[in-house]
Amino acid sequence: MIIRRPTDIASSEITPESVYLNRRTFIAAAGVGAAALAAAPAGLRALGSDDPQEVPARFQGMRSELNESLNSYRDITAYNNFYEFGTGKGDPSDNAGDFKPRPWTVSISGEVNKPGDYQLEDILAPVTLEDRVYRLRCVEAWSMVIPWRGFPLYELINRVEPTGNAKFVEFRTIVRPEEMPGQRAAILRWPYVEGLRMDEALHPLTLMVTGVYGMDAPNQNGAPLRLIVPWKYGFKGVKSIVSIRFVEEMPLNTWQQENSFEYGFYANVNPEVDHPRWSQARERRLPTLFQNHPTLMFNGYADQVAHMYAGMDLERWK
Amino acid sequence: MSPTRAVTALKVVLWIAALAPGAWLAGGIVRGWLGANPAETLTHVTGMATLVLLLVTLAVTPVRRLTGWNPVIRLRRPLGLFAFAYAFTHFTIWFAFYNVFDVGRMIADVAERPYITVGFTAFLILIPLAVTSTKGWIRRLGKRWNTVHQGIYVAAMLGVVHFYWLVKADTRLPILLGVCLLVLLALRVRAPKVDRAGRAETQPSLSGPSQAG
Repeated sequence: MIIRRPTDIASSEITPESVYLNRRTFIAAAGVGAAALAAAPAGLRALGSDDPQEVPARFQGMRSELNESLNSYRDITAYNNFYEFGTGKGDPSDNAGDFKPRPWTVSISGEVNKPGDYQLEDILAPVTLEDRVYRLRCVEAWSMVIPWRGFPLYELINRVEPTGNAKFVEFRTIVRPEEMPGQRAAILRWPYVEGLRMDEALHPLTLMVTGVYGMDAPNQNGAPLRLIVPWKYGFKGVKSIVSIRFVEEMPLNTWQQENSFEYGFYANVNPEVDHPRWSQARERRLPTLFQNHPTLMFNGYADQVAHMYAGMDLERWK
Repeated sequence: MSPTRAVTALKVVLWIAALAPGAWLAGGIVRGWLGANPAETLTHVTGMATLVLLLVTLAVTPVRRLTGWNPVIRLRRPLGLFAFAYAFTHFTIWFAFYNVFDVGRMIADVAERPYITVGFTAFLILIPLAVTSTKGWIRRLGKRWNTVHQGIYVAAMLGVVHFYWLVKADTRLPILLGVCLLVLLALRVRAPKVDRAGRAETQPSLSGPSQAG
C-alpha cells in the first residue's frame, strides 16, 4: 500500500506539475490504460511473422508518441546486454534459462524510514502495472522501441519514506554465479551497481519494469525487477535488482568504475557529446542496417527532463 | 599421398573453411538469422574472420620450418587473399552501414577514433599485399617482394590492437589473439630454418621464404 500523508513529499512537488501531468500523454500515446490490461488474454496473436512468442493483440500496430513502430518481441528478448549472462548479445537469451527470478527479495536500506527486506509480491501488491512505450538508446549507438510493463519508481520510493539525507538512490543486481555464467569471470566488478539522483529517481518517466509486451519479462531482460530511465543510455537500466539503497553520496556506478574516461554517472542521451570511441550523433534503429537515425537530446524526452540539468555542463557530467 | 595431392586436399579444406563464415552470413541475410542487429553481426564476423585468417597465414612459415614440409607454403597465398577478402568486406560493411556511404563521416571516424585509425591503416597495408600477390608481381619485385609482404606483420598487429580497443570490457579474446600473434612472430625470430634433410640453416631471419605459391 502506498501511504501518503500530507507531510510526505509528493512527487508532484518535486517534479513540476506540468511534467508530472505530461506522463499521461505517454501512456495515452501508448494507446493503453490500466483497464485494457484486464482484458489482456482475450485475443493473442503474433506480432511479426518471425516472433516465436505470441503477444497480446492490443500491441498490434501500437506506436510511440513519435509515431515509431515497436521492435518485435524477438528482437527485444534475443538481443541483450546483460554481462552477467555473457558479453555476446545472444548470450543472455542463451544462458539465462537456469536463472530463478522467484522467490525474490529486495533489500531497501540507507536513508529511509521504512528499511527492510521486501518480498517482490509486497512491492507489487499496491501498484498498478502499466504499459509504456519507450525508446531504448544503448551507449553503443543502437536503439529499439520497447513496450515495457511496470510502475513508476516514485510510487515505491514514496512508500518507503526516504529521509532528508537521501540525495541519491543506489541499485544493485543480484550476484549468483551459479545461475549467471558471466559472473564466473571478473569481466566487470560484480555486483553491477547503478544510481540515480533523487529527482531523477522520482521523475514520473522513471520506471520499475517487470515485463515487456504486457507479459512478465524473460530472465535475459532483467527479471523480475529492473530499472528503465528512458532519457539515459541503456546501461543505467540495472537489471534483476536485489538492493535499493538511499544514500547521501553519489554512487560509483559499474561502468564509471570500469572506465571513468568513457562513462559517467549521468549518462544522459546526448547527440552532442560523443563517446570517446564513437559518435553519438546518430543511432541504428534496430533491426535497420544503417546507422542513420538522428539521436535526440535526452532521447526525445527533453521537454520532460531537461529542466533537471539546467546549468550543468553536460560535456563534463557525461 | 603425393605432396601435390596432399596440398590439393588441404586447399579444398582451406576453401571450405575460409568460405564458411561468408556462407553463414549470406545465408543469414537471406533467411534472417543474423539477429536484431545484422550490421553488427556482419561486422563482427568478417572482422574476426580477417584476424583468424591473418594468423593462420602467418602460421604457414612456422609450420613449414617446424615440420620441414615445404609444400605447405602453397597454402599461404590463398590464405592471405581470403584474409584480404574478409578485410575488404569488413571495410565495405562499415563504410556502408556505419558511415552510410558518407566519405566525410568516414574520414572523421578514421581521424578521431584511434581504434578505427588502426583498423583502417591495417586495411590500407593489406591492399598492396593483395595486389602484388600474383606471379607477375613476385617476378617483377624480386627480392623487394619479401620486404613489401612483411607488411602483414604490421597489419596483423594493428588488427589485434583494433579489436582490443573496440571491446567494452571483455578483453579475453583480443588478448588471446594477441598472444597467438606474438607466438607466431616469435617463432619466426627464433626457429632456425630447417631444410628437407633437417639441417639447420645458418641465418635465421624475420622474413619469410623468398618465394610463394
